Amino acid sequence: MLRAAPPLTLALFLLPIAAGLAGTALPAFGYLPALGHTEVSLDAWRELMATPGLADTLALTLRAGLLATALSVVLAIGFCALAHDRPWMRRCESALAPILATPHAALAIGFAFLILPSGWLVRMVSPDLTGWHTPPQIVTARDPQGLSFAGGLVLKETPYLVLMILAASVQMRVRDLTASARALGYGPAAAWLFAVLPRLYAQIRLPVYAVLAFSLSAVDVALILAPGTPPPLAVLAMRWFADYDLALYPRAAAAALLQLAVVAGTIVLWRLFEIAAARLGRAIILRGWRTPAAEPVAAGAALGAVAAGVAAFAAIAGMALWSVAAGWRFPDALPDALTLDVWIRHLPEAGRPIEATLAAGAAATVIALVLALACLENEQRAALRPGTGTLWLLYLPLLVPQIAFLFGVQVVLVQTGLDGTLAAVIWAHLLFVLPYVFLSLADPYRALDPRFARSAAALGAGRVRIFVRIKLPMLAKPILIAAAIGFAVSVGQYLPTLFAGAGRVATLTTEAVTLAAGADRRVLGVYAVLQAALPALVYGLALGLPRLMFRNRRGLL
Amino acid sequence: MDRRSFVAGLAAATLVPRAAVSSETRPWEDILAGARGQTVYWNAWAGDERTNAFIAWTGEEMRRRFGVAVVHVRLRDTAEAVARVVAEKQAGRGSGGSVDLIWINGPNFLAMKTQGLLHGPFAEALPNWRFVDTTRKRSNVIDFTVPVEGFAAPWRMAQVVYVYDSARLAAADLPRSIPAMLAWAQGHPGRLTHPTVRNFLGATFLKQALAELAPDPDVLQRPADDAAFETAAAPLWVWYAALRPNLWRQGREFPETGPAQRQLLDDGEIDIAISFNPSEAAVSIANRLLPPTARVFVLERGTIGNTSFVAIPFNAANKEGAMAVANFLLEPATQAYAQDPRHMGNFTVLDLGKLDAADRQRFLDLRSDPALPTNEELGVPLPEPHPSWMTRLVAAWEARTH
Repeated sequence: MLRAAPPLTLALFLLPIAAGLAGTALPAFGYLPALGHTEVSLDAWRELMATPGLADTLALTLRAGLLATALSVVLAIGFCALAHDRPWMRRCESALAPILATPHAALAIGFAFLILPSGWLVRMVSPDLTGWHTPPQIVTARDPQGLSFAGGLVLKETPYLVLMILAASVQMRVRDLTASARALGYGPAAAWLFAVLPRLYAQIRLPVYAVLAFSLSAVDVALILAPGTPPPLAVLAMRWFADYDLALYPRAAAAALLQLAVVAGTIVLWRLFEIAAARLGRAIILRGWRTPAAEPVAAGAALGAVAAGVAAFAAIAGMALWSVAAGWRFPDALPDALTLDVWIRHLPEAGRPIEATLAAGAAATVIALVLALACLENEQRAALRPGTGTLWLLYLPLLVPQIAFLFGVQVVLVQTGLDGTLAAVIWAHLLFVLPYVFLSLADPYRALDPRFARSAAALGAGRVRIFVRIKLPMLAKPILIAAAIGFAVSVGQYLPTLFAGAGRVATLTTEAVTLAAGADRRVLGVYAVLQAALPALVYGLALGLPRLMFRNRRGLL
Repeated sequence: MDRRSFVAGLAAATLVPRAAVSSETRPWEDILAGARGQTVYWNAWAGDERTNAFIAWTGEEMRRRFGVAVVHVRLRDTAEAVARVVAEKQAGRGSGGSVDLIWINGPNFLAMKTQGLLHGPFAEALPNWRFVDTTRKRSNVIDFTVPVEGFAAPWRMAQVVYVYDSARLAAADLPRSIPAMLAWAQGHPGRLTHPTVRNFLGATFLKQALAELAPDPDVLQRPADDAAFETAAAPLWVWYAALRPNLWRQGREFPETGPAQRQLLDDGEIDIAISFNPSEAAVSIANRLLPPTARVFVLERGTIGNTSFVAIPFNAANKEGAMAVANFLLEPATQAYAQDPRHMGNFTVLDLGKLDAADRQRFLDLRSDPALPTNEELGVPLPEPHPSWMTRLVAAWEARTH
């Protein structure tokens, strides 16, 4: 039965994505029997190309996506290069947890309030320092260049990449490598950059591509921070998909496919850039250049990463403050008075979305854990070498833009009558929860010393007993962390909830994004805080439970 | 949405056989009995917190009094719900549909009505229909020139007003005509905006200007064709071209919704905001969303008014419950609650003359409020143009702003 786990897991991924892509591709090329179109045509593409402002849309999409990814990578690498040998580095993980747990949308909402011309930053210095009694007429959030959009993504992606680097460096002898490089005369940052990063990068490549794909196709963050005239490509496709005018349907499908092409093309481009950067790096190393510039550059990047972290915390704090603000008008730096009115009024109404968020998150996480553990256990029993091929396939839902296949998935769900059910939402979340759960679990699972299992077997324990009594307890901490990550990923899902839930399954994230269009900022604060609090709570449990469970087993902590 | 695709959409719709119209003839007691225990999925735009709270209150009352549960399916745009019904029809789901009740009017209503996607006629079968003002509030029976014919029930009145802060602008300096608004904007660059024209309120900003600038406003009551649109809209585009560089952010970016625009007003980023609710200032003050000095004004030549409706899709799973909600919304007590500026502040669709004394008193008891305009100040609302004008305005604006 266990042997069925990997094919089952892959089927859960590949079939719906393939069906979804087909459901998007066929209408894009004119095949739409429901509307009486059965001939292949390029009309949808012609209409798409004739869309006013399409060039601006593409430029915005590429600019913001590439900028966000490049900045996140540079900041994360700079931070790790500088901080890798600091004793507090290991505690970074728990410091990052709140940011990682906060969904993209909540962070974007808080970031927008931070940087608006009438936002918190300006309020803090006005009118005393600036003389501004009305907000300055400057363009910040939703700027036409997409800089604020990129910035909002960086807040969330930089900590994620730092965490990925931390996880990957566990398997490398970082201390030995940097010590050798230091002995050869490299500075501390340069030592890490030249001795550690080249090998480490191979392990964070997939996460980087996932960040790239997400930044190019994010809808929730874009709705809050990207300009609306013209919007990024994914928002454009989304707008057309949501229109009652069926004639827009093929054009929306074509836009979704174009989105796929943009992501695929950009990943190829990024790969080429990686190769060029590797060549350059190798040339520098071979020439023995000691690159003194690496230190200030890494310091600058690290500073940027810290700034991003501070901004992320300020964004969350700003929304938390709004949720208890009685009134807070420009240019006051702080609310006039605090009140729990808004919480009292809206908490009962948020009950349903909280339930749905918890149910979908818990179910998707548990299923993902079972599947991931089954796959990993099967891998060990069959003594398979962990192949990188399967990794790629697991990452597929993260690399293919959601808009490109979710629409086709929705058609299948409508036809089977499953749309609008919690089950459909759970399954749609699973597509994104499973990759993250698997990836965070795979390394610790494979790294567990096989001698424990062998000793147990020698003592007569069966495979099931070994799994339940030895492996699960020893892996309790990574399993709980993986569960927390999976839960946070589920909470953050916007498009999959919208498409699979047919708008009927409302979660905290769909509510927050709907409200973000401009409703009362205090109410939005309530939803943003709730949205961040649930995953943070689960993180807290994941970090705290092992301490409780193993308080008499120091080695397991 | 450009004109070509809109026409193509309508053409495609004609391929779809019209759903058999089932007019509502059952006794009301049977409908109420059928409604008990149902869960009504009310699909409604959720960008306005006061309306959301009113819908939540409606749900509590419906559960308490009629045993009907109401779930607010929160939309970013009404078209999302229309699209869902269209998709369900395409998928062959003729009953058990996921949408029970839609807050709708204008082009969305026209699309659903012409495509046979609505249940009914049912509105005139509602017991509370007898209170509805069908003579002086013509938009209760004619929505954007389209006869409603009982396929939707009215629930609140809307009329264009402009909101400002009287602490910052003097009433004497307010621009009370469309040309004056241009002059004002030129004198106060960056202090005026409107929601994006993809949003109904943004489209209304343009329609209001069109109503005043069109050489022959009567033409707006008929479906637009190319020639008529070009002639009628030419002065509008001249006006808008001069206005746009003087808008907030030089007219390059627009707030997504009315509430987003109101937030800009509260943040002090702009000085004048358009609204479809005459009690916008009063309600927002009551909810501390605008300063106590907020007020509204209208244009000398009148402003556009319309009615918000609720409609029931042809395949709704809980039609009886949906009708019970529609009837509840028309109850004098509900309408008075809705008109209270502490709640939603929407003017009633009822004819107060048709109410008994006790119910009429509910409206007279509503707190008078300096931020609330009087009926004399509001004047007689202008009729909405035919939906085709809105569709064309949106498409033309999209092409021009890119």
